[in-house]
Amino acid sequence: MAKYIGKRLLYMIISLWLIVTATFFLMRVAPGNPFASEKKLPPEIEANLQAHYGLDKPWYQQYTDYLVNVVTWDFGPSFKYKSQTVNDLISEGFPVSFLLGMEAIFIAVALGVLFGVIAALKQNKWQDYTTMAIAVLGISVPSFIMASFLQYFLAIKLGVFPVARWESFQHTILPAIALAAGPMAYIARLTRSSMIEVLANDYIKTAKAKGLSSGVITVKHAMRNALLPVVTYLGPLTASILTGSFVIEKIFGIPGLGFHFVTSITNRDYTVIMGVTVFYSIILLVAILLVDIAYGIIDPRIKLAGGKKGE
Amino acid sequence: MQSTNDKFKVVGTQLSDAEKISKPSLSFWKDVFIRFRKNKLAMFGLVLLAILIFMAIFGPYMTEYDYKTNDLTNKNQPPSAEHWFGTDDLGRDMFTRTWEGARISIFIGVAAALIDLFIGVAWGGIAGYKGGRTDETMMRAADILSGIPYLLLVILLMVVLGQGLGTMILAMTITGWINMSRIVRGQVLMLKSQEYVLASKTLGANTTRIMGKHLIPNSMGPILVTMTLTVPSAIFTEAYLGFLGLGLTPPLASWGTMANDGLPALRYYPWRLFFPAIFICLTIFAFNVVGDGLRDALDPRSRK
Amino acid sequence: MKKRLSIFFSMLLVVSMFLAACGGGGDNADGGGDGGKDVPQELKVNINTEPPSLNPGLAQDSTSGTVLRNIMEGLTRIGQKDEPEAAMAESWEISDDLKTYTFKIRDAQWSNGDPVTAQDFEYAWKWALDPNNQSTYSYQLYYIEGAEAANTGKGSMDDVGVKAIDDKTLEVKLVNPTPYFLELTAFYTYLPVNSKIAQENKDWATDAGDDYTTNGPFHMTEWSHSDKIILEKSDTYWDKDTVKLDSIEMVMINDPNTELSMFDNGELDWAGAPTGALPTDAMQALKDNGTLVTQAIAGVYNYKFNTTVEPLNNENIRKALSHALNREELIANITQGEQLPAMGIVPPTMFPENEKGHFPDNDVEAAKEFLEKGLEELGYEDASELPAIALSYNTSEAHQKIAQAVQDMWSQNLGIEVTLDNAEWNVYLDKLDNMDFQVARLGWLGDFNDAMNFLEMYKDADGGNNQTGWEDPEFQKLLEQSQTETDPDARLQLLKDAEAIFMDAMPVAPIYFYTNNWVQDESLKEVFVSGLGDVQYKWAYFE
Repeated sequence: MAKYIGKRLLYMIISLWLIVTATFFLMRVAPGNPFASEKKLPPEIEANLQAHYGLDKPWYQQYTDYLVNVVTWDFGPSFKYKSQTVNDLISEGFPVSFLLGMEAIFIAVALGVLFGVIAALKQNKWQDYTTMAIAVLGISVPSFIMASFLQYFLAIKLGVFPVARWESFQHTILPAIALAAGPMAYIARLTRSSMIEVLANDYIKTAKAKGLSSGVITVKHAMRNALLPVVTYLGPLTASILTGSFVIEKIFGIPGLGFHFVTSITNRDYTVIMGVTVFYSIILLVAILLVDIAYGIIDPRIKLAGGKKGE
Repeated sequence: MQSTNDKFKVVGTQLSDAEKISKPSLSFWKDVFIRFRKNKLAMFGLVLLAILIFMAIFGPYMTEYDYKTNDLTNKNQPPSAEHWFGTDDLGRDMFTRTWEGARISIFIGVAAALIDLFIGVAWGGIAGYKGGRTDETMMRAADILSGIPYLLLVILLMVVLGQGLGTMILAMTITGWINMSRIVRGQVLMLKSQEYVLASKTLGANTTRIMGKHLIPNSMGPILVTMTLTVPSAIFTEAYLGFLGLGLTPPLASWGTMANDGLPALRYYPWRLFFPAIFICLTIFAFNVVGDGLRDALDPRSRK
Repeated sequence: MKKRLSIFFSMLLVVSMFLAACGGGGDNADGGGDGGKDVPQELKVNINTEPPSLNPGLAQDSTSGTVLRNIMEGLTRIGQKDEPEAAMAESWEISDDLKTYTFKIRDAQWSNGDPVTAQDFEYAWKWALDPNNQSTYSYQLYYIEGAEAANTGKGSMDDVGVKAIDDKTLEVKLVNPTPYFLELTAFYTYLPVNSKIAQENKDWATDAGDDYTTNGPFHMTEWSHSDKIILEKSDTYWDKDTVKLDSIEMVMINDPNTELSMFDNGELDWAGAPTGALPTDAMQALKDNGTLVTQAIAGVYNYKFNTTVEPLNNENIRKALSHALNREELIANITQGEQLPAMGIVPPTMFPENEKGHFPDNDVEAAKEFLEKGLEELGYEDASELPAIALSYNTSEAHQKIAQAVQDMWSQNLGIEVTLDNAEWNVYLDKLDNMDFQVARLGWLGDFNDAMNFLEMYKDADGGNNQTGWEDPEFQKLLEQSQTETDPDARLQLLKDAEAIFMDAMPVAPIYFYTNNWVQDESLKEVFVSGLGDVQYKWAYFE
């Protein structure tokens, strides 16, 4: 196992390097530059800025500079937000996104699995159809529409929650629900469909025949295997939700990290693009590694570490 | 093991009898169709889908209005006898635009879902089945692609390839298949070590047969669920791409862009959001129940 | 089956309940203020985004400007009459050639008790001009003698025409007589910096704290990046008796709908311009309930023509397109902010006669004549033979709506086919720079209250902000004359003549002059918004 994880960590470093490389070239080839604005700067000032940020150096030198930045975990100053470095932006934004994301993931997983299991156990009964209806709404209404709905009805019309901002637990509820709705619906559907499949398996029938209670069967035998696709999905989902959502942060005025994923690109704020991309990628790669490790725990028959030796 | 109990009787011992097919001969697809037809919810979904497609084709011709002519004096009118779904902020008829939009949105949803399906299933299936280094290489490639900022990728695609339906579909599917491939890989990893697959392997079945007959059909549940998720996300990605100058150019309509435009008007002119949103929901609902019905019908175990 | 259907319909019902609930429309407005005498003097506003920099030398955007204007003070401040008033400078003298200004600095203090000196100004301006400091707005100081040379590395910093004669006397030498110089000294690039602190700590402006000293009506006590800024009344401000607000909380909400919702919920005292924005779809409702405030500002929304490509190289075609626009209708139905139709390039706040403009709005007859002439000159028989004209705009709902309406107008009125082309902001700017467009929208907001600001950019075809490829020797000559003309009336006439030449060639079709639209708490008084759209809270109070 340790050897496998060690190998995966090596792959992770290679993947990260490829992501950094691809991102570097994509952002340098994309039209526009960080100093473009509606009121154009005099060319001398722009040239001076380019020189200061090292944008006049040959590309390979800039590229190695960025690699050094990544390795030393010092991404430099933001081009746009001159009072902050990229490291500041990440360390200030991430805790907020992380908290909100955890809340959303908790809602999505808890309710999603619950709904899915209920629907599978009561297949083609009203419980199934109700969760199905909720799931269809959740899947077909994207988070930004959900967010506006929640804000309008629960905050403005009913006044139960504050409209926006990041101040107390109360403030986190609406954005967390809006973030969670889609994943929850998808998890419910995934759970339902693989539960149904697993429930039709012989070993479940055997367990039933042995006279085990349906509760034990559900938890011990059926859910374990049915959750595999959910776990698969949870990896990348966690990475993207924990690093923040642009639309949700915008609508609810939350000072999270998601905002920078979009604005850094529209501003061509190169250092920020690189910083948040690396940060997100690390979380993503770790999450995916965890998923693969989880596979082995869920089903010990799954072997990842190169099949040949073991079999 | 001879028994004299008369509850038992001899069914027949002839070898030729044993090979006879007892049920009336049905081709696989005919069988699927019969089972599908019995599923009323799925049939309802199919009818709903047919109605939506019918309206997408003929709906725009049902009124005297076209989808693009502005009528600023009649902007933001609520639904009425003249304008069945009301008008938008440029005074265009929402009914006509809704069905005009249905064409593009249903097409895009289905196209994206199918492309994601093929790439995702093939990629994830091969990675999961082959395992080892192949798996590592293929899945790490997917990780890298999902690590690169999507927005940047899309901006570049547009600059390099220019506007057009092809670019739009490419932008939508370039990362869209990754989730599908991860799901399929997970399923295949689990299924390939199950007894019946091992048995099939021992009997000498080749990779294609094992994939086609065992692994993919048994992953159909998660695959279909993931596919039905792709449809709405493609519909809204199209609106997002439009915003980047890559999607449809106005005045062309799609449900995604209409819902986007209608969202800020939620408090004042709710019908501008309601109609595109409700038809997106209905379409997804129809796809979901049809998908479920298909899955059930395809599942050999549900055969009675 | 019945059951299944009923579930489906109940789902429909849920959705339609949403719809029903929407019908009400929202006006449970009314913020605080219950008429009592002792109302809390605490203002809560939205400033949209994180200010990119609160170092006056580095600031280059309106959000930073808003914060700086209320915590710092320059030699002058734009007063409630919308004219520069004595501020850090208690008086000044202007030489006869109008090129040398001598300011007498008031006895004022920074928030840490340090005196404000002439050296603080000299330091701040020279710091911004120093090419090592990467000030982007340093060109705002180019009116000062030697400033441009020093900033571009061609001259020495010692030759820059700003000098602290003693602690309280500042002498400034200008390149040209600049009638709007006292306005510029109120602009944020001209703000002073506490030189004692800045010399020791180059990062003094990155956070609120002991090193962030201010000399304005308010002092910054908290700067929570991307979240909020808190200002409190400054005890060391020379004019502190005028300041009535105890604190200002500036939150950063970048969504117009959320902003208005928070206002309706009493979580904000102000929604909309100049610090935020109102959703277009809300305009009608806000007008109907009478809460919308509108004020003209110095800015113009333009459609620029690329005069280097056919058919837009033809003056008559350009005129046809410009005359065929129904600006009145566009404003009434799309922008809905009571903007002024623009048939001139200089806002009426500077040229009052531009309320009428150089030609009538929506003159379809004239447009058709121009089109005929233009087609003939280009050798076409009919408008349908013209290749489709591409209309470019950057991605935004408002620009998109206007573009669609204009597309419809050109096609209905002239039979010209128009294709729309939108792009992400940076890609769009790149296109404009490379003249890779036919017709493109671009706005221009004045930096200072003078017509020069709106004409100067069209002087040279290769000027960075021209973007039309148009230039005219006569136009150039008039602008040059105006720069040395010392008689204000003669100068004004020269600029008006220049504008006439410009409008006759029509390299740009102006669409409308900007307005600021907002709603505010009823008990909030005396928030001052200048003609340039800059907000000041110095005089504001709740009653």
